[in-house]
Parts: sequence; structure tokens; C-alpha cells
Amino acid sequence: MKALCWQGVNELSVEQVPDPAILNAQDAIVKVTASTTCGSDLHLLGGYIPAMRAGDVIGHEFIGEIVDVGPEVSRHRPGDRVVVCSIIGCGRCWACRHDEWSLCENSNPKPGVTDLMWGGTTAGIFGYSHAMGGFRGSHAEYIRVPFVDYNAFTVPEGVSDLDALFASDAAPTGWMGAELGGVRPGDVVAVWGCGGVGQMAARAALLLGAERVIAIDRYPERLAMAARHVGCEVIDYTSTDVTAELRERTGGRGPDVCVEAVGMEADSTGIQRVYDGIKQQLRLEQDRPIAVREAIHACRKGGSVFVLGVFAGFVDKFPLGALMNKGLTLRGAQQHGQRYIPKLLDLIAKGDLKPSYLATHTMTLDEGPKGYDMFKHKKDGCVRAVFRPWA
Amino acid sequence: MEGAKAMKRLVAGAAALAAAGLGVARWAASHRRVPSAAKDPLESSRWLGITINRPPDEVAPAGHLPEPLARVDAEVRMNRAPGDRGTEIYARPREHRAGADAVLARLRGEDPRTTVRTALRETKSLLETGDVLRSDEEIATTRPTLPGKVLDMALGRAAEGGRL
Ligand SMILES: NC(=O)c1ccc[n+]([C@@H]2O[C@H](COP(=O)([O-])OP(=O)(O)OC[C@H]3O[C@@H](n4cnc5c(N)ncnc54)[C@H](O)[C@@H]3O)[C@@H](O)[C@H]2O)c1
Ligand SMILES: [Zn+2]
Ligand SMILES: [Zn+2]
Repeated sequence: MKALCWQGVNELSVEQVPDPAILNAQDAIVKVTASTTCGSDLHLLGGYIPAMRAGDVIGHEFIGEIVDVGPEVSRHRPGDRVVVCSIIGCGRCWACRHDEWSLCENSNPKPGVTDLMWGGTTAGIFGYSHAMGGFRGSHAEYIRVPFVDYNAFTVPEGVSDLDALFASDAAPTGWMGAELGGVRPGDVVAVWGCGGVGQMAARAALLLGAERVIAIDRYPERLAMAARHVGCEVIDYTSTDVTAELRERTGGRGPDVCVEAVGMEADSTGIQRVYDGIKQQLRLEQDRPIAVREAIHACRKGGSVFVLGVFAGFVDKFPLGALMNKGLTLRGAQQHGQRYIPKLLDLIAKGDLKPSYLATHTMTLDEGPKGYDMFKHKKDGCVRAVFRPWA
Repeated sequence: MEGAKAMKRLVAGAAALAAAGLGVARWAASHRRVPSAAKDPLESSRWLGITINRPPDEVAPAGHLPEPLARVDAEVRMNRAPGDRGTEIYARPREHRAGADAVLARLRGEDPRTTVRTALRETKSLLETGDVLRSDEEIATTRPTLPGKVLDMALGRAAEGGRL
């Protein structure tokens, strides 16, 4: 079959690879009908995530049709139109049973790597390096889905492919940031980053009752999109001091909940970008935590900061003093999608959430390398490139 | 400390890849600058523990050890876990190896602690899910490049390792 493969730092190509196979009795094979780029892939492309090999199939946010199931699959059958969570859960370990699916203890066949890096094993993720289990990604004609009874969700009739697609990763990630960040009715919420994840977090905050939501980015088209489709206020961080602006908009308090949806390649107009950039290049620092620092500074006393952006290792100049003295709560996680996907599909069916607008560019799988070039460099207003292998 | 050792092996293998610019090399290279903790004096004799989300009478019905743990030459003990967490199960190889002997055994893939660690993980997965998940790596799409082979060696060992 055809698949989009990682070949090295900033190098992708479309290749013929062997078809996937059912390796466990609880697996299914899904024919991929749509698969999208995600900011997390940019960290792979940039070489910031360890344990990639030339030839690895990437992609993790997708929908498709079940075409084959293993003998122990009970909730799905061939023909089901499904959205699959980007993170793989077993459904039965203590973490999965407590709805912390990205902490699953049985879905990563290479548990030693994350155990060593972070002092604990984490779940398998499609197309996300050998540290996350060595699972093949979804930018392909077919994909194997382990523990399919727990990881695939039938898409209700009337919900379009492109709306369901983002219920795989961007929408549940955003929802988790707002919900576990503790958004309550009446809150003021600030979101750093207006990619697919940040926009979904901003929308989730509004649906959870936030009175005001303020989204921050530098790209005018992304800011305009957030204002129009999410219905929130925006700040262009290149034209102002974000912390001062937030204070002025919140009676001097700062936002109650700050959601960071930028990640380890954060940008800045100031000296921080130079400082972290140099340290990252010299391997003295692994990740650039610019937006995390700003969120901690801007947050109101006693408020909470949720880190949705992906980080892999160690960071510098972490404002622990501000965190401690202002009594903040800091959390982060890879998304616990299985906890939110059914609810999100409901919200989509009711018309309260319409993530399909994120798909600014739809193309064939052959155009994968071009899609990533556009997505990475934000060319032509690209927010998400969606590949349709069978179109 | 088992982890720190394995990490050093990962770093050694990965350092060779730095020129290839692979992510793991970058990660490992910056990781090296983090001060490491004191060496664990009990490294080779500690119990390896795992918690299984099942009550003790399902983990070892009538006192029979579950597979594949039952097949490993190890001392095993277990107790109910605090709260609703199921069963804590601990094991360690009967055969203790220390120092250079242990390092060599690990390089040959014959480390008894690795065998016990893998058996614990598989036992847990079988009891909780009825299966042990296999990786897509079994159907390789990867080209056999030289840096790839070095990475395979480093990762192959690290994947079996971990803190557990
Ligand atoms: N936690 C999870 O499970 C999960 C899931 C999906 C994605 N992610 C992560 O979420 C992050 C965002 O993903 P995405 O798909 O939206 O990516 P994206 O690249 O489309 O968006 C990131 C946005 O952040 C903006 N940005 C950069 N520096 C900034 C700064 N200092 N302040 C404010 N905005 C800044 C960029 O301009 C860009 O628009 C990535 O790190 C990704 O890895 C996490
Ligand atoms: Zn993602
Ligand atoms: Zn699990």
C-alpha cells in the first residue's frame, strides 16, 4: 500500500510499504478515508522527538472504515465508519479505567523507553516514534488499530467526515485542556496558540461556560479564524506585550485558566526566542517553553495552567517562583481522547461544534510532502492539511 | 538505577547517530547534561514490582502463579494493593549477577532481571487485557540503514528495560 514516510529531519516521501496485518485478536484493519497533519508531527519532522527511523509511517489523526477485525473484537464490524483516537488505550488497566487513557499501561510494546525518559510508561501513539510503541501512522491507505473496541468510535449518521476527523485528536485535546484546566462558568480563559488544538481549546472553554476567552497567536488568518469560528477575543503577540494586554483586559487579575497549545517549538519576538533557540541548537536545552513561561506569568493568583503543547525533555528558566508564590496549579497530558470523543461527536451532531473549518487544504496522499511544507510554514493560510488516500 | 544504566547504554548507541541527526541522538545528547543520582547500592537485588488491576484471587487463583511469570526462575511475592488498585506483584531473579558480569549479560540479552521485567509486564497485560500487544515493527517498513541498525540495538535493549 501507499504511505507517507519520515525519512529524516524535514524529509518526507510517499512510499510503497507492506499492508498492515492483524497481529492481535483485538485488532482491526481500518481503511483510512481522511488523515490530517497535527502540530505534533512538526516536532517529529524537526527531529525533536527521539526514536524515529527512516521509513516510519507518520500521521495519527484520522477516520476510516473498518475492513477486517480480529476474532476477539466485539463492538465493531467491517463496514463501520469510525473515528479512531490518536492515543491507544487498552481500556482495562487502572489508568484507562480511571479515564486517563494516555497513561495506559498495556498499549506500548516498547515501554522501557518512556519509562527511562520520564520515570513512567505512557500509552502507544499511532505514527509517533518507536518510543511510543513503533505503531505505523495513518497517512496511509490502511492502518492497524489495536484494542479497537476501545479506540474506535462509530461516527453518527449526519456527521461529516471532516467534522468527525478532528474528534480523533485536536478536539479532544482542546477539550481536555479546558476541562482539566478547571474552566468554570464565568471564568476568563486565555489560550496560547491558534492552531487546530488551541482553537478547539478556546471553543471548549466557551462551551464549558467561560465568560470570556482570549486566544493568542501571530498569524492574522489564524487569529481571524478563531474570532470568527470560535467566537473569542484575540491578541497578536507580535504587536503587543501579551501579559500587559491580558492584565488590562481582566481588571488587573489575569486569566483564571491559561491553556498552552504551542509546544516545544514556541516562537517569540523577544530575547527569549534567541536564548532558547541557541540553547536548543547547542543541545543545552531540549524544548523551548516560551508560551508556558508567559502563561505562568500572566495567570491570576490561584489560577491554573494546562500544558497541551508537546514537550519531550528538559527546559530552562522555568518560573517556579511565580508558580509557587502565586499558588498556581500546573497540569499537562497527552490527550485522554476516549474520555471525550462520544461527547464531542454528540456536540458535533447537535451543531455546537464544527471543527471541519480547520481543514483549510484537502489533498491526496501523494501530495503529503507538499501538505507538510504548507502546514509547517503556514503557507497559503494553511491550518490543517487533510489527506484523502482514496479520493 | 537499572534505568540510568540502560539510559547510558542508549546514549552510547545513540551518540553514534548524532551525525545522522536522528531525534534520539539529540534527545540523548542533551539528557547527558542532567546530573545523575547516586548509584543504587541494591541495584542487582531489588524486587521488581508491578501493579495489576485485578484482585489477588484472580491474579493467583488457589495460589497458582500466573503465566508467564510462573515459567521464570524468580522469587515472587504479592499482596493486595492500597485502595482500589488491585494486586502488587514483586519478583526478582534467584540468580544474582553484579558488576561487569551483569553488564555483559545484559549486552548479550541474557540479563535475568530483564527476563523477570518482561515476564511481569506480560503477566499484567494478559491478566488485564487477555493479550500482549505486538508492535507494527514486526512488519517492517524501515530501510535497513547502518544508523538504523545502531538505533535498533540501542532501542532493542532500552525497550525491555525501564525503571520497573
Ligand atoms: N496533548 C496532546 O495530546 C496533544 C495533541 C495534539 C497536539 N498537541 C500539541 O499541541 C501543540 C499545538 O498543535 P497544533 O496542531 O495546534 O499546532 P500548530 O503548529 O498548527 O499551532 C501552533 C500555533 O502556536 C503559535 N505560537 C508559536 N509560538 C507562540 C507563542 N509564543 N505564543 C502564542 N502562540 C504561539 C503558532 O503561531 C501556531 O499558530 C503542539 O505542540 C502539538 O504537539 C498535543
Ligand atoms: Zn496530534
Ligand atoms: Zn490501559
